[in-house]
Amino acid sequence: MKVRVKFRKFGPIRFIGHLDVMRFFQKCIRRAEIDVAYTTGFSPHQIMTFAAPLGVGLTSDGEYMDIECNSVTDSRDMIERFNRASVPGIEIVSVVLLPDHAGNAMASVAAASYTVRFREGREPTFDYMGKLDAFYALPQILITRETKKNTLTVDIRPGIYELTADRESGAVHMTVDASSGGNIKPGQVLEAYAAWQGEKLAENAYTVHRRDTYVNLAAAGEPMRLAPMDAVGSLITRPMVDEERIEIARQARIRKEETMAENRRIRQETMAAAETLRQEWMRGKEDEQSNRA
Amino acid sequence: MTTEKLALSDDILMKIEKPARYIGNEVNAVVKDKSRVEVRFAMCFPDVYEIGMSHLGIQILYDMFNSWEDVWCERVYSPWVDLDAIMRQQNIPLFCLESQEPVKEMDFLGITIQYEMCYTNILQVLDLSGIPLSAVMRGEDCPIVIGGGPCVYNPEPIADFFDLFYIGEGETRYRELLDLYKACKKEGCGRVEFLRRAARLPGMYVPRFYHAEYNEDGTIKSFEPTEEGIPRTVLKEVEMQVSDTYYPMKPVVPYIKVTQDRVVLEIQRGCIRGCRFCQAGQLYRPVRERDVDQLKKYALEMLKSTGHEEISLSSLSSSDYSRLPELIDFLIDKCREKNINISLPSLRIDAFSLDVMSKIQDIRKSSLTFAPEAGSQRLRDVINKGLTREDILRGCALAFRGGWTRVKLYFMLGLPTETEEDMRGIAELSNEIAATFYEEVPKAARTNGKVQIVTSTSFFVPKPFTPFQWAAQCTKEEFIEKAYFTRKCISEQLNQKSIKYNYHEADTSVWEGVLARGDRRLSQVISGVYKKGCFYDAWSEYFRNDAWEESMAECGLTTEFYSHRERELDEIFPWDFIDCGVTKDFLKREWLKAREGQISENCKVRCQGCGAARFGGGICVEPRVDDGNSCDMVGEGGMAETGEDGL
Repeated sequence: MKVRVKFRKFGPIRFIGHLDVMRFFQKCIRRAEIDVAYTTGFSPHQIMTFAAPLGVGLTSDGEYMDIECNSVTDSRDMIERFNRASVPGIEIVSVVLLPDHAGNAMASVAAASYTVRFREGREPTFDYMGKLDAFYALPQILITRETKKNTLTVDIRPGIYELTADRESGAVHMTVDASSGGNIKPGQVLEAYAAWQGEKLAENAYTVHRRDTYVNLAAAGEPMRLAPMDAVGSLITRPMVDEERIEIARQARIRKEETMAENRRIRQETMAAAETLRQEWMRGKEDEQSNRA
Repeated sequence: MTTEKLALSDDILMKIEKPARYIGNEVNAVVKDKSRVEVRFAMCFPDVYEIGMSHLGIQILYDMFNSWEDVWCERVYSPWVDLDAIMRQQNIPLFCLESQEPVKEMDFLGITIQYEMCYTNILQVLDLSGIPLSAVMRGEDCPIVIGGGPCVYNPEPIADFFDLFYIGEGETRYRELLDLYKACKKEGCGRVEFLRRAARLPGMYVPRFYHAEYNEDGTIKSFEPTEEGIPRTVLKEVEMQVSDTYYPMKPVVPYIKVTQDRVVLEIQRGCIRGCRFCQAGQLYRPVRERDVDQLKKYALEMLKSTGHEEISLSSLSSSDYSRLPELIDFLIDKCREKNINISLPSLRIDAFSLDVMSKIQDIRKSSLTFAPEAGSQRLRDVINKGLTREDILRGCALAFRGGWTRVKLYFMLGLPTETEEDMRGIAELSNEIAATFYEEVPKAARTNGKVQIVTSTSFFVPKPFTPFQWAAQCTKEEFIEKAYFTRKCISEQLNQKSIKYNYHEADTSVWEGVLARGDRRLSQVISGVYKKGCFYDAWSEYFRNDAWEESMAECGLTTEFYSHRERELDEIFPWDFIDCGVTKDFLKREWLKAREGQISENCKVRCQGCGAARFGGGICVEPRVDDGNSCDMVGEGGMAETGEDGL
């Protein structure tokens, strides 16, 4: 059964990169003694996928990871166990069971929402709170994207689903495409905004906080209907066992044991043969010595 | 508890490589309320985080210190070159990971010294901390700088930089030392008086209270304490109760991938083998085994507290651990159900180890590692590596028939008495192993096609407290010539296409040799090199041979004196005031036997009277057994860790 885990990332831990967060969870799952399923090859690893990678330095209230489990207890217990095994700065906020047909976290990401703030003294010189609406009203926002081979010009306007200024707090809110095909980084939007005003942003000019990550619930052709990624799952209220999973794991284990046993049998035979060879060699050496004598 | 504030700004952390090296907050890191502790101890490994975090000794001492309520021990590593430049430019003081507070505010800065080429990094750490490099220049506002680890068995080249050295294993005397510190602080008697009293504790060496006189030829004439009450010799500290001492049940788990990203279980300390080039084999005597039931408990507990997916056994020679089969069976049993890998370095090759390895790893992917160290039987006898050509070939034959196709071989070039024949032996042995594969494995069964043999040579560095401490080390030119000769011999072999040859850099081996057997005068050389902008000398991309040569010349010293001459039997060595448990007479006997090509049996077979029996425990008090096989092999995962000494 597939379980979706939602977590927050904040404080000093924001400097831990995405790959290291994955490594963190591999160990955290073991510490929490979550009954995670493993792949069935010779070097088994936990079956897990992450939604949208979060860049180094960013904080988030809505990160998602899917794991395959052999059995589960209930949402509350699992959240508690995760948090006991976690560190300050990574907090698990929800654990839900996904329906069988649900796509995995990475494939089903549609969008992410962000709150962006300029650091003091690094704000653009133009009225960036006042001009945002006009910027968002543009029919097209072209940016250049560098790939390994060449530079592409892309229109990011269709991928910006929300762009508002919060005058009270001085923050910019945005909801943008976060799918693997069309991911837009908040920084790209801000840089395009500044460029539109003929400015270039200072180095490390802003902080980014991801508010949540979303799936699109709408059917193809319908207008987009975004929902937090854990909305597609359901609370786990009682312990459950995935018989099918356990059977897969059991068979994989049997197959592995069989292979190992077969390997060992062959090895033992060959070692016996090698021992005979060695004895012959020793005898030969003894003969040689007695001949010499 | 967590540390929200960081010593480095966002701007810096966003700019540098791997910011996770500097933010602390790892699983099992210990954060205490600083107002409720009396002694703050900064524990430093003077190399980059990934290397330092992989060291078991620090984890043991970190656990020990933090188990004491009145002490808070934190970690410090060398900032990488990118951050180093920023810290210098912006005057940011070096900080401890847990509290993110400056090292200079701590009571102690403990530095573990594992290899000679990190000496300049020690100066980097002191310098960035704002602590004067020279110990005698430090005021009351500086932490007490204390050194430990295998290199402090000859602390003289770095004597100027340390207030205090702790000689031996760290578990035994720190409590006393810290209590003395607290008492002195209360009395307000100042740092020099504290050091004076500390110098009287067993295992402690305070360099400023000793004076060396030199002969005209540069050798030491005398080495004496300068004050009444300072001991003339310092006996190393040994933890004799290895089953009843500190062990880190909750080791710190780093976020980024470090060199040793696994649970490490130290099964025993010391080695019975007595290879004559090996310093660890002498320093950690007597051999002491940990209780197997205790180890089982530790293993499970550590796997649970860390979540690591791998466990590794650590010792100088795992096969000599008497309860190994029982321990391995237990681990295999427990780890299989949890999908945890087991890695077994330093196993001798025999039917048992091959069987074990076939149970725990995919043999298609793993390689076997042998360390014959010398190419000919004669030279293996000289170095007392009780490993015969037949042992190796038989082990390989077994392994090849069992499915292994990759073999790594480790040798040393420049060993005492080495001739061209011995070097040719390296090539011939490599070739014979390849030939064994083609003989043993029928064509149809060769899964990877051919056998892959990787033959690596390092250059021999004579170390203090080994029988070879009297030996001359080759010059750089001689080393390179030897490597070329070995390469030529390998290229002449029938199976040369199956053999890949690597050799270690010669420059660093020479400097390692100079520093290993150096005296106090080298402190000037090291600080000279550092002042030329060098550190991270253990990293070939940052090592600058010319800086070392220049600095040596500026101090009027030569590598010839320190390394390339054979020492007289009665010469006074800079490290003679340290008693490492093994007597100089024993080492002398071994040196003379080596030159005759005579071997010495291992501790289990017959006591050689090395002197370690005075500690009254371990192998020295156990009954002897007959043990014929001594074929060394190192499993996947490389060489064994050394012990957990000093720091």
